[in-house]
Amino acid sequence: METKEALFEYVLRIGDDSLILGHRVSEWCGHGPILEEDIALTNIALDLIGQATNLLDYAGQLEGKGRDGDALAFLRYDREYKNLLLVEQTNGDFGKTILRQFLFDAYRTLLLTRLSKSTDEQLSAIAVKSLKETKYHLKHSSEWVIRLGDGTEDSHSRIQSSLDALWKYTDEIFFANEVDALLEKEGIIPSMEGIKNEWTFFVSDIFAEAGLVIPTNNWKQEGGRTGRHTEHLGYLLAELQYMQRAYPDMKW
Amino acid sequence: MVSEQDIWKYLEEVSDPEIPVLTIGDLGVIRTISLENELCTVVITPTYSGCPAMKVIEEDIISKLHEKGVPNVKVELTLSPAWTTDWITENGRAKLLEYGIAPPEDEVDKSVLFAAPTVVPCPKCGSRNTRMISQFGSTACKAHYQCNDCLEPYDYFKCLK
Ligand SMILES: [Zn+2]
Repeated sequence: METKEALFEYVLRIGDDSLILGHRVSEWCGHGPILEEDIALTNIALDLIGQATNLLDYAGQLEGKGRDGDALAFLRYDREYKNLLLVEQTNGDFGKTILRQFLFDAYRTLLLTRLSKSTDEQLSAIAVKSLKETKYHLKHSSEWVIRLGDGTEDSHSRIQSSLDALWKYTDEIFFANEVDALLEKEGIIPSMEGIKNEWTFFVSDIFAEAGLVIPTNNWKQEGGRTGRHTEHLGYLLAELQYMQRAYPDMKW
Repeated sequence: MVSEQDIWKYLEEVSDPEIPVLTIGDLGVIRTISLENELCTVVITPTYSGCPAMKVIEEDIISKLHEKGVPNVKVELTLSPAWTTDWITENGRAKLLEYGIAPPEDEVDKSVLFAAPTVVPCPKCGSRNTRMISQFGSTACKAHYQCNDCLEPYDYFKCLK
């Protein structure tokens, strides 16, 4: 495998994470539990979609087959998406959305911090830009995890059951195969091992403060990075791609 | 024959679509302007990755320069170096304040979680007795504050470094 091909695959993965999570979070628009959170979630969704645009446009350039970010976002089939299973999970209640966001933001902040120093100029530029936004997201989601975990009996038990439900998707965050090995050797991406240690330390700390318990059941599910998804992605794509499928090449 | 200086001058008439009181120059999104063989290239940088105003800004630049008699215009987007609120000009900060939006304050690094929210003086009465309502405001670049003294709710152009 050539470097360029590996980098295409890698940028697609993290671009799809942004796209799919951005779409999920955007489903809250007009449905937030309070006005401030409606606005916050919509802003976070917008940042993620913006990051997805930068990443997928770059992936298209690397691929060199004339596909731009829009073509990659709207015209692929579910098996061709490489996002984490975590980000395609349904919103559930506000606590589940926040918990999913927290698990992702904690990882993404660590990743972007390292990618800022990537030897690949464009990837580094995108990371520097995205990191500034992602730090705000992490601050927001961390505060809410503590507030809900350490809140009422109801908020505590609900966010704990979301943690129980989502924990099995967290191993996949640190997925790495030959693509990663090649890019890591060239200094383009960081080692996942280092990120995993720091992530584990960080989220354990926040969960302790929130009074939440990490599930001891170690069964883990993965597949997103290789295109094998949970049933939820298909429904999400049906909505995301509807206009382009119904009216190909439409513009407005 | 127009000069680069002229182009900078013309673009002072292009305002930010979301905060019309600011020009795109005040905001610091124009990075470079170059003229080569009749082609004018304007390089701009987005404030936030998902800023929906960038497309409009691009179109406004092109139509403003057409209006000024510059027919061949290309607008390019660059991500690096990443935009920071430090690039908002002094003039821009003064205009924001007058408009009722608190300009960016120097803030602690965002990687410090749970730091107390920045003190942002009220743009209406100047009081420092204010509180943050939400880290996220009416657009990606703003947070939402309220003054405890005069009760004015206001936008704060949050610091991005
Ligand atoms: Zn006031």
